[in-house]
Amino acid sequence: MKKVGIEVSLAIAEAAKLARVEVVSAYPITPQTHIVEHLAELVADGELEAAYLNVESEHSALSACVGAAAAGARTFTSTSAQGLELMHEILFIASSLRLPIVMVLVNRALSAPLSIWGDHSDVMAARDCGWIMLFCENGQEAVDSVIMAYRIGEDRRVLLPVAVNIDGFTLSHVIEPVEFPDQELVDSFLPPYKPLFTLNPERPVTMGAYGMPEIYTEAKYAQEMAILNSKAVIKEVMEEFGKVFKRNYRVVETYNLENSELAFLALGSINENIKTAIDILKAKGTNVGLISLRLYRPFPSEELLEVLKNVKRLMVVERAMPQGATNSPLFNELSAFAFHNGLNIIMENYIAGLGGRDVDPQEFVNIALNPFKKDGKLNYKIIGVRE
Amino acid sequence: MLSLNDFIGRQPAWCPGCGNFSILNAFREVMVELQIAPHEIVIVSGIGQAGKFPHYTRCNTFNGLHGRTLPVATGIKLANHHLKVFAVAGDGDCYGEGGNHLIHAIRRNPDIKLFVHNNQVYGLTKGQASPTTMRGVKTKNQPFGTVSEPLNPLALAIALDCSFVARGFAGDPEHLKMVMKEAIKHKGFSLIDILQPCVTYNKFNTYKWYRERVYHLEINYDPRDRIGAFGKALEWGEKIPIGILYKHEKTTLEEQFPIIKGEPLAEQKVDMDKIREIFSKILVKEK
Ligand SMILES: Cc1ncc(C[n+]2csc(CCOP(=O)(O)OP(=O)(O)O)c2C)c(N)n1
Ligand SMILES: [Mg+2]
Repeated sequence: MKKVGIEVSLAIAEAAKLARVEVVSAYPITPQTHIVEHLAELVADGELEAAYLNVESEHSALSACVGAAAAGARTFTSTSAQGLELMHEILFIASSLRLPIVMVLVNRALSAPLSIWGDHSDVMAARDCGWIMLFCENGQEAVDSVIMAYRIGEDRRVLLPVAVNIDGFTLSHVIEPVEFPDQELVDSFLPPYKPLFTLNPERPVTMGAYGMPEIYTEAKYAQEMAILNSKAVIKEVMEEFGKVFKRNYRVVETYNLENSELAFLALGSINENIKTAIDILKAKGTNVGLISLRLYRPFPSEELLEVLKNVKRLMVVERAMPQGATNSPLFNELSAFAFHNGLNIIMENYIAGLGGRDVDPQEFVNIALNPFKKDGKLNYKIIGVRE
Repeated sequence: MLSLNDFIGRQPAWCPGCGNFSILNAFREVMVELQIAPHEIVIVSGIGQAGKFPHYTRCNTFNGLHGRTLPVATGIKLANHHLKVFAVAGDGDCYGEGGNHLIHAIRRNPDIKLFVHNNQVYGLTKGQASPTTMRGVKTKNQPFGTVSEPLNPLALAIALDCSFVARGFAGDPEHLKMVMKEAIKHKGFSLIDILQPCVTYNKFNTYKWYRERVYHLEINYDPRDRIGAFGKALEWGEKIPIGILYKHEKTTLEEQFPIIKGEPLAEQKVDMDKIREIFSKILVKEK
């Protein structure tokens, strides 16, 4: 298999083609547009046999995927920022009806102020919607994650929608070397979708029925068990992917973490900048590691505990504001996690890269060398903010 | 005396030759000719190339979300009906993402002037089909040709008995100015669908394409005849009428709230004694 240089958005569309998606429904929004435009081309050129539905809004785009998935099709959609927020109520329908839709979420800052550039305010506002959430650092991961997402979501033990997060522009619009797996290999790894229940006149079912107080809690409990139990399947799928395609993924990745008591933790492509900073620090004789959550939902607790074993100081970098909370969303979750697991770790909260602002690796070098100490009002440090 | 300079804001970031320039100029000239000052105006827009319009004037402006222009404009009108409220939106914004709002704004009939910059394409996101893209036209998301029938905004508006329904053409600015002036003089929700060539992303509906088709409504045309107007609205093809298709003055939304019959809400004084009196009555009752 040889590598080709390709814009990551186009590569993602090619991955959806390799996954043989059957229904695509989307509404254009920057920086997602190239993905859905390329899919439209693939369909028009006859390279992908799929029904491609252009709709009038994201609310309709996801609703159409819900309908198509309920009728038994393999579906794909993609959006960003405002588009995701407009989908919000359907996000919960997709997960609660247990429909394995795959969405590539091209992360972008939420308005206002209007910004088309990247950060994680969109996904963080929708983080607890019952979807499995993966984060990618580069184009190859994005391609592989789309293929794995279908295998995970459609597994009878899971049956849940999956969001594959990629950073807007810094990932979506760059040209990267990508190795595309052969179609036959993908076909063997990802058999056609065989839904457990479909809307079928021969075996009628009702989807989305009323949940009276006697049953609502149990329905939610069953759904919670499904997403919690999905982690074992996700790990299994990643392992099998490694065997078939020779690229290995883990739910929690680390970089230079052996022998370092000091570590960064972040989501998405900013990790590549942090790795550069780690290399700079290493050359200067300071050992710092990185923990990258490839899987964010379900939260990979056991795997995280394992890698945090020797960490004494954890620098959590996030591309989202707390919006009035004590700290940014992931940091808050990690604090609770550390407390309940009796971890004795100094945790610092850094906010960076909002609305597409570049973060120079040197900033991470500075953080590592000069720990944040709370002196003013904030429980966190916003890197580079002008007051 | 107001002059054009009072309406010149930031430097437009539209492509050279864009139909939006002449809509902007027409708006500025109309404001000067009618002597409506920037501070008396609010321009509300959504997201799109058309959505940038307010920034290029020097009026009060509100740039909201894609599709959500009309609800915000309605809120503004209710809070201060002395303001002249303009809503500016693209065809995608107003007929697609926000299509539902258009229907209900027409039903409510606030005195808002809506300009739809109808370039029959999504301009800002670089060339996908909009609700007014003609069937069969190839675009980036529809390389096989647009499959849906285009939306007919004028027929829709007339069917809903919209108070004022007109069509202008960016390539005929004098006529467009006339239509804008009539809309401003008219009391009630006013839709002006403006044919706006997009020189970059719409290679089908070009200046030439429109010029070969548009014609002014006849002198003896009666915009009060709803059935006739509906017939005119259906004309789209070899010939496309421009002008005021339909007019029906009726009670506006803001006229139906007694509380804002006189002074706008925004200017009403709050009488704290009266509020205390009311609250104390309620609280006594609750006890
Ligand atoms: C909820 C949401 N979805 C999608 C977008 C992306 N978007 C911005 S403008 C636009 C369409 C622009 O077309 P139109 O409204 O016709 O305006 P034009 O640029 O042609 O003037 C789209 C899809 C967005 N901003 N918000
Ligand atoms: Mg448009």
